[in-house]
Formats: sequence, C-alpha cells, structure tokens
Amino acid sequence: MAQKAVEVILLRQLASCLATPMMLFDQDGTLLFYNEPAESLIGYRFDETGEMSFSQWDALFYEVDDVGIRLPATRRPVLIALEHHLPAHAEFWLRTFNGRRRKVEATAVPLMGQGGRHLGAVVTFWETGKP
Amino acid sequence: MKIRLWGTRGSLATPGPETVRYGGNTSCVEVVGEDGTRLVLDAGTGIRRLGATLSEESSRVDVLLTHLHMDHIQGLGFFRPLDQPGQDVRVWGPPSSTQDLGTRLGRYLSPPLFPVRLKELPCRLTLHEAPLEPFEIGALRIEAALVCHPGPTLGYRISENGFTVAYIPDHEPVLGAGCIAKDREWISGFELAEGADLLIHDSQYSLAEYPARVGWGHSALSHALQFADKAGVRRFVTFHHDPDRDDDALDRMVNEARMALDLEMEIVAGTEGLQFESESVAFSATM
Repeated sequence: MAQKAVEVILLRQLASCLATPMMLFDQDGTLLFYNEPAESLIGYRFDETGEMSFSQWDALFYEVDDVGIRLPATRRPVLIALEHHLPAHAEFWLRTFNGRRRKVEATAVPLMGQGGRHLGAVVTFWETGKP
Repeated sequence: MKIRLWGTRGSLATPGPETVRYGGNTSCVEVVGEDGTRLVLDAGTGIRRLGATLSEESSRVDVLLTHLHMDHIQGLGFFRPLDQPGQDVRVWGPPSSTQDLGTRLGRYLSPPLFPVRLKELPCRLTLHEAPLEPFEIGALRIEAALVCHPGPTLGYRISENGFTVAYIPDHEPVLGAGCIAKDREWISGFELAEGADLLIHDSQYSLAEYPARVGWGHSALSHALQFADKAGVRRFVTFHHDPDRDDDALDRMVNEARMALDLEMEIVAGTEGLQFESESVAFSATM
C-alpha cells in the first residue's frame, strides 16, 4: 500500500486519542481508519477489518432515514465531502448488517493538504439516540 | 555523488570549545552530483562556510529548504552566491496554501530582521515550491515529501546511479503513537528513507528526554534508529544535535545506542566537515 500523507497520519493519531467517533477516508472513499469510539458505533473492530474499500464498508454499514430508506448520495455527508470537497452535516440512522441501529449526527470535512492536494475526508459522529 | 555536512546542530548555533568536535553550526548539507550539479540542503549557519568555498564561476546553485524554521534559514543571507551579480540561485521550499515562498522567506530576509530584501539581491534568484512528485536537477533525481514536524516540513530523497541519500533533519515519526507504527504506510517519511544508502536524520533527544518534548517535532535517537532499521537504511547519520549536548555527551549517546540496539546498519555521529562519497560508500572527516 502507498505511503499515507503526513496530514492523514497525524489525523489518525489524533483520532486514536479522541473519545469522539471518527472515520478517516482517502480521496477514493476507502475507509483508512476508524477509532475505538467508532468501533462501538458500528460493531466492528478496526483490527479485524483493516482498511476497507468503498464497496466493502458500504456493505457493512450504511445510512438510513427514519423510515429505513437508505440516504441518497446527495445527502450522505461523506460523499459530499469526497465528491464536492464541501463540509456536510446530517442526522440519520446508522444501520449495520450485524443488526445494530444507532441514531447519529455526522459531520464530514474534506481534507485539503498543503499544495492543494485533496486527501480525503474525516467524518465525526455524535450519537443522538438509541433504539 | 558527494555529500558533505556543513552544519549538524539543531535549533540554535552552538559554537564553543564544548562543541568543537561535532560542530556548532545549524543544518546545512552539500550534495554534488557526478555531473557537478550542486544541491544545498537547508540554509542554517553552516551555509556560510560552504558559500565561501564556491567559485564565482559556479553555474547554478540549488538550495533545498526543508522548512522555514530559523535554524534552517538563518545562514541564507550570508550565502556568498546571493551577493554575486548574475549568479543563478534557485531556492526550493515547502508548499503552502496561504503564502508563496518569497513572502514567507521575506519575513526574515527584510528589515528589521535583515538589512537586505530578497528583491535587492544582485544574484538571479528564483524561488520554487518543491513539487511533491519526483523531479530532477541535473542528473539528480529528487523526491520531496511532507513529514511530521510543526508547520509544512519536507524531507528529501536524492538518487543518482543507484545511490540514494535521504535527508530528514526535523522529524518526529512516533508522534501520537509513542513508537514506530507497525504498518510502513502509516510511518511519516518512510518512503523517503526506504532502502537509502545514507540517511541523515533528526536525533535530537535521548529516550529519557523525549517524553518532556513530545510534539516538538524531533526524534529520540532510539526512535530514529528504529525508523531507519525498519526502512532498511545502510548507514545512519545522527543530525540536528541538541544545543545543550556537548561533544562528550554526544559520544556517550551514540555509543550507548550502538550497544543497546543490535542493528546491521552503521551509525555515524553527524560531524561538521564529514564527507561521504557514493562510489566507495566510504566516508572521511575533513574539517
């Protein structure tokens, strides 16, 4: 695998120290890292899954609205940050294929590195309710 | 390729009898390719003596700055080629998303901190943000990458005819983790150093000193050696010596590291005047 940009390395280290659930994506949507608080949110351990391509993580957990319909791409914060390089915020249910369901708010921020490089996005979650 | 160390001290120039063996000048390393291409890595106070050795007929000099902390640029205004009319001097530095390199360097190279402005220099000076893709100067292939240190900071990897020197003078690869990461792609600077014949690397602290200086952007020698070992470096040169570490203390620190860690690579204490040549991969100290 390719060397990660130092900005991404530092962000992973920061995320590792925080009690806030965070996920770190590269510019292609690969889930590079998620911290322990995010592990408890989705029910998978990073040590078990490692990095996951977009299609891999999208099959493990996904965003749904109050009636259980998957959010369209235009409302998914991570995709807005990755595709349009814009910050985005949304409230939704995070549903996983192992049966978990969590009401969360999520903020996605695009990662712009020195020299204007688009490095990916970081998503921070706040759990707002439990089933 | 020839590599010569002109300044190995970190943070602050530290002249005096207690540092006379390893030297007190701040970061500056000269790299000369087989076709005569000359690179100057950083412009610490060591660059003044280097500049004094260059003839007025030097066709072109490229100064590659890792970053703009004072100990890496303080000598720039005293680099003789800058005062030579028509001399082609190209200065490369880290990219920034806010200010161009001239604006950032001009904060030091202008009154009241310095009497002469960059635009008043008689040489033909051009400033470049170093690309983060490989580029060439003469026959030298150069790779630059941002590394873990406060503010945009580059490390450089320079290759010619199968010989590679990596220069990462200010670097804290264990920040946030406390150790070198298991996966190589998550180690700051790894690709710069990987398989290098010579790695000139930050070794400012002892392992005992490091915990009180986490986040300052520098390495404990032990961490730096682990980094180099994982990267498969052949020869390691300690660099950016702490200003409070005198020659005897530096001897002890390097000897203890050699004994404590059973490493295949050679560990060399960075010394002003030390010269390396790629053909023999031998080195000799010529002060």
